Amino acid sequence: MSGLSPAVSETDHCQGPEEATVTLVEYGDYECPYCGQAYPIVHRVQKALGRRLRFVFRNFPLAEIHPHAERAAEVAEAAAAQGKFWEMHDLLYEHQKALDDGHLAQYAKRLGLDVDRLKRELEAGTHTPRVRSDFHSGVRSGVNGTPTFFVNGQRLDGSWDFDGLMGAIERASG
Amino acid sequence: MSGAMNTSALAVGTAAPDFTLHSTPDQRLRLSELRGQPVILAFYPADWSPVCGDQMALYNEVRHEFAEYGAQVLGISVDGAWCHAAFARDRKLHFPLLADFEPKGEVARRYGVWRAEDGTSERALFVIDADGIIRWSYVSPVAVNPGADGILEALEGLSAGKGKR
Repeated sequence: MSGLSPAVSETDHCQGPEEATVTLVEYGDYECPYCGQAYPIVHRVQKALGRRLRFVFRNFPLAEIHPHAERAAEVAEAAAAQGKFWEMHDLLYEHQKALDDGHLAQYAKRLGLDVDRLKRELEAGTHTPRVRSDFHSGVRSGVNGTPTFFVNGQRLDGSWDFDGLMGAIERASG
Repeated sequence: MSGAMNTSALAVGTAAPDFTLHSTPDQRLRLSELRGQPVILAFYPADWSPVCGDQMALYNEVRHEFAEYGAQVLGISVDGAWCHAAFARDRKLHFPLLADFEPKGEVARRYGVWRAEDGTSERALFVIDADGIIRWSYVSPVAVNPGADGILEALEGLSAGKGKR
């Protein structure tokens, strides 16, 4: 139980080098307040570890309790299709309380995205399968809520505060 | 393939003890009424754990994948039917929560997953097949939400077994 599957691949959204000693994967939901708390912590960990760390984000929207989470995830994927995944990812976590369609369109505009294309893709459900597939992989990997972190493929059951993440990463680095 | 850590939990191959419990303040559910389809019996300590890490919220999102195996998920804790009703409404849950309330914890005891020191059940999962036999069980550390991967693997195992027959 609780091993990451499928493993990280080139289809994932990655920050940091492929040959990094440690890969940290987060399954997250843009409307989840705990993911919002984790967001600056992950940034601190990335800053502290530099190129020793690769960070990967996969979608796990809890759509029943977070009405905007699925749409926000699809917007991030639509931004990815225009080469701006992480920019959108950051904007969404920095504006977690404003994720209605009007705000989402504003963020797309702010990033200089082709907003008409983005809207068309949302209408057509172009990115729904990607979000579902992330969700499904999370369920199969033992994701049990959001955020769930995996350090080198192993689910982190302890704390994900700064010290918790750093400790888990140190242990995984050997 | 049992991952049970608690040795007192009912073993794989045992007939699941039948019970009747309130599923809402005015409705009762009898386990044996669900014969003919797999049942996931998910014991958890209490309603109202933090939302995003909540086991029932997760099963609510995964219920479509359970349904692909024709399986019915049932949550069960010692909370009363009115508490369950409020919790289910707040979390928009679309499956029954059973109240193991009177006598308190009776069903948890019969399944071997009672925590006398806390007055709640373990965080324990049982996958019961269409004939009412326990085919998989798992007792999680009480602070750790066990997720849904083990359940889905067990359901997959059941449908593979059926194919062979």
